[in-house]
Parts: sequence; C-alpha cells; structure tokens
Amino acid sequence: MTVFTISGLTFREAARRKILLAALLLGLLYLVIYGVGFYYVNQDIANSQFTTGLLELNQIRNFLFMAGMYVVNFLTVAMAVLTSVDTLSGEIASGTIHTMVSKPLRRWEIVVGKWLGFVGMLSLYLLLMAGGTVVLVFLISGYTAPNLWRGMGLLWLNAILLLGVSLAGGAVLSTLANGVLVFGMFGIAFVGGWIEQIGSFIQNQTAVNVGIISSLLIPSEALWKRAAFEMQSPLVSALGFSPFSASSMPSLVMVFYGMIYAILALLLAIRLFNNRDL
Amino acid sequence: MSKTIRTEALRKEFGEKTAVADLTLEVERGEVFGFLGPNGAGKTTAVKMLLGLIYPTSGTGDVLGAPLGEHRSRNKVGFLPEHFRFHDWLTAEEFLYLHGNLYQMPARVLNTRVPELLQLVGLENHAEKKLRAFSKGMLQRIGLAQALLNEPDLVFLDEPTSGLDPVGRRLVRDIIRDLSEAGTTVFLNSHLLSEVEITCDRVAFIRHGEVLTTNSLKSLVEGELTVEIKAYHLNPKILAGLARWSQNIRADGDHLSLTLTSEADMPSINRYLVEQGVDVFSIRPKQLSLEDLFIQVVGTEGGL
Repeated sequence: MTVFTISGLTFREAARRKILLAALLLGLLYLVIYGVGFYYVNQDIANSQFTTGLLELNQIRNFLFMAGMYVVNFLTVAMAVLTSVDTLSGEIASGTIHTMVSKPLRRWEIVVGKWLGFVGMLSLYLLLMAGGTVVLVFLISGYTAPNLWRGMGLLWLNAILLLGVSLAGGAVLSTLANGVLVFGMFGIAFVGGWIEQIGSFIQNQTAVNVGIISSLLIPSEALWKRAAFEMQSPLVSALGFSPFSASSMPSLVMVFYGMIYAILALLLAIRLFNNRDL
Repeated sequence: MSKTIRTEALRKEFGEKTAVADLTLEVERGEVFGFLGPNGAGKTTAVKMLLGLIYPTSGTGDVLGAPLGEHRSRNKVGFLPEHFRFHDWLTAEEFLYLHGNLYQMPARVLNTRVPELLQLVGLENHAEKKLRAFSKGMLQRIGLAQALLNEPDLVFLDEPTSGLDPVGRRLVRDIIRDLSEAGTTVFLNSHLLSEVEITCDRVAFIRHGEVLTTNSLKSLVEGELTVEIKAYHLNPKILAGLARWSQNIRADGDHLSLTLTSEADMPSINRYLVEQGVDVFSIRPKQLSLEDLFIQVVGTEGGL
C-alpha cells in the first residue's frame, strides 16, 4: 500500500540523514547526565539528617523525576516539529514532490504516510526517553511515579498534536515560516500556561482566562500540565505549587480537546495539501 | 477511444496572472507530440494540469480516457519533470524501487524491470551510487528511467535533453523512437527545436498560454521547398523545360534556384537534367526549418 511506502520512506530518510542517530545520541547523553545527577542527589538526600521519612524522600524523588519528564516532553516536541517542519514544504519547494504526486496515488496518501512515519519515530523516541527516565529512577532509588502510562500517553498526544500542526503549516507555508508558526504557537501555549498557573496561585481570574484561551489556541502546554498532574505525587497536588507540576489542573475536557485538535490538524494538513497547486 | 489526451479550453490563472489562457488540443495514441513555445508560454503549467499537479481554473480534459486529476488516469503515465529533484540520499536502484512501489508494481516485476532500465539509460554500473553523487546528466537519465518504470502508455518529458551531452541526447532520441515504435504516446516539451524536428510527428505552438497552431511535421517538411542546383552546360531551352515543375526559377551562371511544391519532384528534375546532357554536381533542398517556422508562428518577442 502506497501509504506505507511513504511511511517507510520517511523513516529511511530520517535514518539516512543521520537525524535518528543524532536524536538517539543526544537522548542517551540526556539519560547519562540525568542518571548521574539523580544518583548523587538521591544519595545525598538519603543520607541527610533532615529527610528521613520515606514519604518525604519520595516527594523529592518525584520532583526530580518530573524535572526529567519536563525535559523529555520538550525534546520530544522539538523532535516532532524539527523533523517534520520541512517534509512537505521542502519537497514542494524543491520539486521532489512532482514525481510523487504524478504517480497513481491520492494526495492524502502522501500526508498520511508521512504522518504515520513520524508517529512511529516519535513513539520510539518517547518510549526510549521517558522509559529510560523511569527505569533509571527505579534502578537508582526504587521509586516509581504514579500513572506512568497515562502520563506518557499525554506526552505522546502532545507530540502528535504538534506534528499535525507542523504538517498543516508545511502544506501551505515555506519551511521557515512554518517553523516560526509552530514554535510561535508552542511559545504562546507555554507562556499562557504559566500565566494561568500563577493566576490560579494568586487567584487572579483574568490571568487564568488568558491561560485558558491560549490553551484553546493550542493545547500543548495544557497536555503537559495534565501529564504532570497525573504523574506527580499526591502530596504535591495537595500543596498546590511546584514549578513542574500542575496547580490548576486541566480538565479531561481539555484532554479530549487535545485529541480532537490532533486529528483536526492532520485533516487540515490533508485538505490544504490536497487543494494546492504544486 | 483513440485520443490519448483531449483538452477543452483549459485555463489557469495564478491570481492576476494568466499562465494558460486556452489550451485546446488532442493528442493521438502512439504519436510523438511536440509542445513548443518561448519560455513562460505556459508549457510546464499545461503539463502540470494534465498530470493533476495543478488544478485548472476552468475547462475540461481527459488523459487516457479518465478525467483530469483522477489518480487512476496516472496508472499508465510516466513523467520526467523539467526541474528534476529527487530524494538524493537514495541510491539509483533504491530510487527506482521507490517509484516502482508508488506505481504499486509488484516486487517480482521490479526485480527484472529495474536492472533493465538501469541498462537502458546506461547507469548499470552506478546502481549502488547515491543520487547525491550524480551529475546533472546522470540525474536526467535516472529520471527518464523513473518515467518508464510502469511501461507507460503516455510519457510526459519536460525538456528531457536539457542537461545532457550529445551522447545523452542521442540516447534520449533513441528511447523516444523506441517508445513510439512500441505504441507509446510521447508528449515532449522542448525548446530545442532540432530535437523536436528529429523526433516529433506533430507539433503544437503555444504562446501566452494559447495554442496558436498544430501541425504535422511531415506536412511542414513536405510543404513548399527551395532547391539549389549546381550544374554545368545549362541553357535557356533547358531552363524553360523546368517550368513544368516550378514557376519560380532563378538562374545565375552555374547555379539554379527553384521552388518546388513537393520533395518528390527532385528525382524527376535530376533525370531530366541528365537526359539533356547537363553535368549535375549537386541538388540540395533548402527546407524551411522548424526554427524558421517557430519564429514565423510565435514571433520574435521571445519569452518573458
């Protein structure tokens, strides 16, 4: 089937152009640095006279774990955008797409094929990075954060959502403009998320509303916050504020909105690519 | 249905600019069809519309019996774009397999077809080489192989010889002739008129996105022609005898110039002159070249 030919091509391209290699090496480097750091911090707190209770120890371990997942989220999102940002626009600009679209296939097959290829790559990458973090934390300290699958699923959805936006942008914009668009939107969501978090902390409704609107514009930060909420230790939720955790937790409606958003982004990409002249 | 391509008033506007104003043409099955025009005349846009890469603003058409844009109509179509850019991190062999897969050709067929085509375009020793390392001429050749993968009924070649040296051009000409003999329709976009002159059965002249005229090349060649003759022992009586072939005779010492209506008269003239005791040194037809015709039809304003 043509869709899988395109997916395979997408995979092969990433491998041949050493994108996979670079991502894997940097991922491993992250895991090494994280593992060493976590090992020494864990040793210190375990030997400290101030933190003796297991509950207290696990709070700190959870905090460190969330710091790792924060990095994993960011790297996966960056990977989603950077690898896909020029896949359509680049091939349209160079004319590579001409010999493909003139084949007996429908244009949606190209978009869906590329999408599936990237989804496969991102899934592997996320599994390696998040899974590696989880395993390291467990091996060093014996601690496991709650709701890991749910949390990782949300990070996955976040990457897929941005992938869809990047493909949709790439169907009509130049590579550079598309990069500016996607990272710009990601930045808006990021800032909006923090404004909402602080607003909720100081109980300022306007700030909270700004955050909600930015989450509707693109729910990527909301998905991270929901993932953080799922994986944080129950005590932190009760305390209500930590830089990596969600104080005003996005609702399940927002998660659902994220799913719809990711699907619509893909459909939009198909539609835009389908309707344009090449 | 014997028409391979049929279009009716195809029109394409990009914003304010009209790229193709009115494209109405018919291409017969099995013919080599030359599409000529100055740069910017809308040739590439026209081809892209026929391939479903560009959507026409108005007008209709069908290719191999299926309406424009219908993906199944491209099943038996091959295409070599003008600005061929391929995935340059693939090897020549992988590249052909990829495009074979896009044609949904079974692996069994590709295993014989790919080496066959590499041989045809003279790249059999570069099968393992990445396209990145290919010269422009080699890319053109592999692009041509790609366009022939599915043994197409119709091939679009957009400036197929532009990057090629004389050897490569000869190769492309031979391939076009073989295709034509096998009954494949070839749609050739070219501004290399000598190329078209040698290979095409019919030509269409296009300017400002409009087909000005469509001619059979044979009829062009067989049209009025001037013949230059060099001969000794000419006399007025002999010259008067030539009047049955030509009303337009100019004699200048040993040189004669006469206008004929058909090439077929040349042997008779030769026979007549020899019978009259004239020593004939040469009889040279001076045909109206395609280039002359191009200038005559399209004008000299050139492409903008």
